[in-house]
Amino acid sequence: MSDTLAPPRRSGTSGGRTTPRGSFALRLFGERLSLLVRPRTLVVCLSLTLLSALVLIVSVSVGDYGIPLGAVPGAIAGYGERLDVFFVQGVRLPRALTAIGVGAALGVAGAVFQSLSRNALGSPDIIGFTSGAATGAVTVILVFGAGRVAVSLGAIAGGLFTAAVVYLLAMKNGVQGYRLVLVGIGVSAMLGSVRDYLLTRAELTDALGAQIWMIGSLNGRGWGEVAAVWVCLALLGPVLLAQGKRLRFMELGDDTARGLGVSTQATQLTSLAAASALTGAAIAVAGPIGFVALAAPQLARRLTRAGGTTLVGSALMGAALLVVADLVALRALAPVQLPAGVVTAVIGGSYLIWLLYTEWRGGRA
Amino acid sequence: MALRAPTLTRPTPARRVIRPIGLLAALGILAVCALLSVTVGSKPIPATDVWAALTAYDGSYDHDVIRSLRLPRTVIGVFVGAALGLAGALMQALTRNPLAEPGILGVNSGAAAAVVVTALAFGSTGATYVWPAFVGAALAAAAVYTLGSRGRASATPVRLALAGTALTVVLQGLIHGVFVLNDFVFDRIRFWQVGSLTGRDLDVFWQVAPFLVAGVALTLCLGPSLNAVALGDDLAATLGANIPLVRAATAVAVILLCGAATAAAGPIWFVGLVIPHAARLITGPDQRWLLPYSAVLGAVLLTAADILGRVVLPNSELEVGIITAFVGAPLFIALVRSRRMAQL
Repeated sequence: MSDTLAPPRRSGTSGGRTTPRGSFALRLFGERLSLLVRPRTLVVCLSLTLLSALVLIVSVSVGDYGIPLGAVPGAIAGYGERLDVFFVQGVRLPRALTAIGVGAALGVAGAVFQSLSRNALGSPDIIGFTSGAATGAVTVILVFGAGRVAVSLGAIAGGLFTAAVVYLLAMKNGVQGYRLVLVGIGVSAMLGSVRDYLLTRAELTDALGAQIWMIGSLNGRGWGEVAAVWVCLALLGPVLLAQGKRLRFMELGDDTARGLGVSTQATQLTSLAAASALTGAAIAVAGPIGFVALAAPQLARRLTRAGGTTLVGSALMGAALLVVADLVALRALAPVQLPAGVVTAVIGGSYLIWLLYTEWRGGRA
Repeated sequence: MALRAPTLTRPTPARRVIRPIGLLAALGILAVCALLSVTVGSKPIPATDVWAALTAYDGSYDHDVIRSLRLPRTVIGVFVGAALGLAGALMQALTRNPLAEPGILGVNSGAAAAVVVTALAFGSTGATYVWPAFVGAALAAAAVYTLGSRGRASATPVRLALAGTALTVVLQGLIHGVFVLNDFVFDRIRFWQVGSLTGRDLDVFWQVAPFLVAGVALTLCLGPSLNAVALGDDLAATLGANIPLVRAATAVAVILLCGAATAAAGPIWFVGLVIPHAARLITGPDQRWLLPYSAVLGAVLLTAADILGRVVLPNSELEVGIITAFVGAPLFIALVRSRRMAQL
């Protein structure tokens, strides 16, 4: 994974100034605002947005009660047959919008975690966040029998606590990528046995409910969840985007970043807090949906061929991944609705296997 | 495999004395644990009654408890523990990897997924877990090893652990999917999945016993050859070891042991990790001693964990799989933090 750290190649000039290859500088307001634009990134981001929108429309239209594609836009706006409008506005649209919001939150948070740990495996799934959240949620459901809000809070608390514990245990002359991963595996194994224990002690119906919460699902999510996740995205997304450039510098190493004038501690703290909060929000809404946070940033980076992490690309990729996964979960074994987390685990785990397979083919470790 | 075993270092005289005495002591501890396992429980039964139950069964409640509950549980605990200890030692020797273990490398998950899928397809009961568990364990072991040893460099510890984790994630997703589809399977498998010796009768034991015995026998023959393999492939070949044969035999033994243990008791993590490391402290790297020690100590750990699980909570039991996870995971983390792993 050393290629994460490759510095942008300097070549090509525009207006007498150098810009990285395959990009051009957009200067506005008499150079008061300038942006580096890579056409490839732009195309990828636009395609992902388009894909998400298309899948959104498809997942709104298909189901046991089919709605013709042509009637979908009208139903979204509130016109058309009453039943159409009910299914679209009341059930399917909020669900799809939740999927997009949660996917985007997980994607961008995963990108930040990977960037900070300088490791493709430094995602919330591997460092115990997801496992801790699942255990927290299962504990609240089965031990305290509490409602949705308490379950969400329990999940967030479990996730944050576990991530902190894993991070501290992995610390030894600094936190090193693979140690973080292995400690995460150990702690997750312990938490898994706690979950298994709780599941065997519960009534079957409770255990089934907890089991679905544990893997993450979008079934029955409504406008309340949409509001929660999108408000968090609107508040925390800009904070992270503002840190984007500094994060890219920090991928070059702390010393280099400091040399370039980045206050590394502040950047680390701000982005870690914001990314944790976003992960927490996503988990509170949908449960610990795995591997979107791992796969989205990597896929985005490969598609855009960017030298480092792309936050916007990761968010869009996460949104597209989850909305597609949820459509698959809904329809693959219809009329049974699988939890979306099952699909992301199978897809994401397979992707991880493929990632390891290709990384190791060349003898790189 | 008729090979005079080269050892990495000549054992010190002290170690030469300690090893046989230690093994006898470990066997003694195992006997004590087994006896405790039969006597201790929510209703303590004196050892004299235990003996009477075995020799002069009179059909009383106590005798029934001994014969139908505690004895099978103890026997299965001893054999599963020994199998897991041996499997861990074999995996660590084969992959030359201190983190190798049936749980970490995904072999347990493979067995579990196969059992769950079979239960969904055929609605099978506990007694028929055996064959799917073998198939699953074999497939998972093959997949992880192929994935982990790709490329020019040999499989590094981290690689195998990562490959095992990735596979575990996919298989867990699959298992969760099956649970959603079928409440009935979920209800039954959740008690198996936690890793437990409770409620297993001797039928289960007799089903897995031939495979366990074959696995143990094969393993104990492999000691000298594994000593040679520990020196590296080139040197081992010069010493006359048939490396592909040794590897294949080791893999077969691992699958026999893991599959049988998982079928009998469910996926149990970390026994295979902890035990060889503990045994190595006493025996040093010589596999001829390490393997028997791993078997005996594994049996001790599992029966002791089972007894602990019975007494630690009032009016309730903790499954053995939970105890071993809480004993093993901290050791795994300590191992990861230790100096030897620092260069990963």
